[in-house]
Amino acid sequence: MSALRFEDVTATFPRRDVPALRDVSVDIADGEFVVVAGASASGKSTFLGAACGLVPHFHGGAFAGRVTVAGMDTREHGPADLGRVVGVVRQDPETQTVLTTVRAELAFGLEHRGHGPAATARGVEEVALALGIEALLDRSVHELSGGELQRVALGAALAGRPRVVLLDEPTSQLDPVAGDELVWLLRRLNEEWGTTVILAEHRLERCLAAADRVLAFADGALACDAPPRDFLTWAGTQAPLLATPGARLLAAAGLPAPSGVKEARRSLRDAGLLDVEEDAAAPVAESRPRRRRRFARGADATALRLRGLWHELDGGRAVLRGIDLAVRPGERIALMGRNGAGKSTLLRHAAGLQQPTRGRVDAAGRVALLLQHPGDYLLHERVADEVSPAALRGAALDHLAERHPRDLSGGERQRLAMAIVTGDGPAPAVLCLDEPTRGLDRAQKAELAHCLRAGAPAIVVATHDPEFAAQVADRVVLLADGMIVADAPAAEVLSGGWYFATETARILGGAGGALLPEEGAAHLERRRRSLTEVPVR
Amino acid sequence: MITYRRRATPLHAARAGVVVAWGAVLGVATLAAAHPIALAAVACVVVVAAWSAGAGRQVGRAVLFALPAALLIAVINPLLVRQGLTVIWRFGEIPPFGQVDVTLEALVAGAVLGARAVLIVAVAALLAAVVDPDEVLRGLRRVSFRGAVTAALAVRIAPVLARDGRRMALARRSRAAAPPSPTARERVAVVRAVTTGALDRAVDLAATLELRGYATATRVARVPRPWSRHDVGIAASAAAMAALLILAAVEGVPRLETYPRLVTDAGGAAMLLAVAFVAVALAPLALRRGVAR
Repeated sequence: MSALRFEDVTATFPRRDVPALRDVSVDIADGEFVVVAGASASGKSTFLGAACGLVPHFHGGAFAGRVTVAGMDTREHGPADLGRVVGVVRQDPETQTVLTTVRAELAFGLEHRGHGPAATARGVEEVALALGIEALLDRSVHELSGGELQRVALGAALAGRPRVVLLDEPTSQLDPVAGDELVWLLRRLNEEWGTTVILAEHRLERCLAAADRVLAFADGALACDAPPRDFLTWAGTQAPLLATPGARLLAAAGLPAPSGVKEARRSLRDAGLLDVEEDAAAPVAESRPRRRRRFARGADATALRLRGLWHELDGGRAVLRGIDLAVRPGERIALMGRNGAGKSTLLRHAAGLQQPTRGRVDAAGRVALLLQHPGDYLLHERVADEVSPAALRGAALDHLAERHPRDLSGGERQRLAMAIVTGDGPAPAVLCLDEPTRGLDRAQKAELAHCLRAGAPAIVVATHDPEFAAQVADRVVLLADGMIVADAPAAEVLSGGWYFATETARILGGAGGALLPEEGAAHLERRRRSLTEVPVR
Repeated sequence: MITYRRRATPLHAARAGVVVAWGAVLGVATLAAAHPIALAAVACVVVVAAWSAGAGRQVGRAVLFALPAALLIAVINPLLVRQGLTVIWRFGEIPPFGQVDVTLEALVAGAVLGARAVLIVAVAALLAAVVDPDEVLRGLRRVSFRGAVTAALAVRIAPVLARDGRRMALARRSRAAAPPSPTARERVAVVRAVTTGALDRAVDLAATLELRGYATATRVARVPRPWSRHDVGIAASAAAMAALLILAAVEGVPRLETYPRLVTDAGGAAMLLAVAFVAVALAPLALRRGVAR
């Protein structure tokens, strides 16, 4: 039976000429796990909006065709009715929680739909147990981390046991650990409860292994509807930016595209390119903070130096504990660690926006900081009013000078915000960026990485994205509980772990220190040659 | 900003209704009593209750916030009120007020009004810190569904917007051309941006409410819940405080008349009543069994 059916659906938002969805027809069966892929503004969110009735009932605009969810026609039933069969989780967990405590939040939808007190209490207990959030039930939502809040939002969506759950980039604000846990949780719900899961996501390598099927959108149209492996084969030729690093790695080795690390390793092992003994014997990269070596250098060799930096909250915990870090001119450092590890606080100290409770910060010049939300920099009605014409030209945004800043795309906003913080005067000695890849698709990330690699100043970028870190950084600093737990070349840190490792490194087990598919392909080629060469005695 | 945070204390463990009633009696006591002994008794209860509920810092901040207004009341009252017979200072003719004579009676009345204002703010802050707003609003949803949900959203979104504002202020400071202190124009730009952001958030929240069935909501059922020792203790405390207030009103103690001449009575009965009031108000806070959830 169909859980969700689109029949020739075309949707156009108000005051827009181009449809956001064009002639989309798709039939999703009960219990399927579907990943929705596509670049930014390709129609993924509109597709999910149409599936829950927000398009057109909430957003308005022109709508043609027919969408049925569990047999309910969205033209006849609004989002409130459809909410009985569809649960929705969106990108920003802050705007998905309505009440103050987790228990009340989970009960809210059930109470609205007329469940009695006993049924509501039972629903809350069951969904809390299923998602492992029972310890949070009496906590205030203000106290929760991003990952916990996103779980609560998922719990609120699932509390009425909907047949279909729609998720629009739910991992975009989570660290790799919380993101992987959420995907694992969705797979469990799908397998144990039979819930149909439809997940829109940019980081496909995170979720393809769990998926039964992939829908890829391009310019509002459905460009591909296939199982993960076939989708990756299609993406390899038709939409390279949607191909996962693993698929690119194996394609370069002439092997079929894998849907995940496990499958990729099996293919490589079968092809004799991943030696079991070598894999088992591969040493774990030893990454130590390089404090002494760094401080042995002359003072003029550093663009930024943090010495014994502490940030202790009044009546609370220590967010940073004795951080020693030196950044050389032109060096590119990725700052990694789970949410709450102290990355953002460290960057704010580097930029002089916060005063350390102990320790000091020395910089060879201005330290520019691009904060997490580029939208926070946009204070005016016209793009031209935000920065000088020269800075606007430098950011290649001069053709958008008359636009409202909030009408820019994610990537354009990011460039404008960067122009605002760097300005058109002397270049800063250090450019710090806090989670700059949030909500960006692969093309926008590649563009940002290119821009950062081309820039002259030293770069310190806090990121959860190992692929981006591998593209940008030559050194990785891993923070945990406000302390540096690893400080080493990127090839060393990002190839020796599970969470803070690229997909290529996980597939190859860290062999050769390869982080990106191209490096991995070169390593595989060397291995292939070594296998075919006849030993000379 | 005062936000509710569940802690293992008797005030947090009791149901919202009885804690609100307990706080309301404290508020009534503040408004009904003028005598410094009575006001001191209420202040003592608020301080100990806030400290024992882990809300001392929040209540302290609220008191600091209210102090300027209270001082203003205490200063303005003797300058404007033309009552009282004991003149302690003659300012002479001050336009546009005319002849200004400060009397002892008006000075005391102003101080009492200021102290009451501070105490009312402190009691409200204490309640805001210890009463689960969801539980209060859940009760209100039975009476006025849409009004209660709107209030719930306001409670929820206020700290989110405050955080947005702090983030934008930080972003302003990290602009390449940011002056050390913002100009009035820049402040207006930040306020406008926060307002725009608030509207964006409002649209997202409206979508969330739609999806949670707000449009088809039915009346919320009452949730049966057994009375805990804390519910009973704090309800009994509120009833005992109310009884003491009635007794004080009937007996007319402690007595403070400000106009036309200051008359005060600080006898043994007044002290006894004040001590009894503090004791019955704080007694249930000693019940520590079963406070955690």
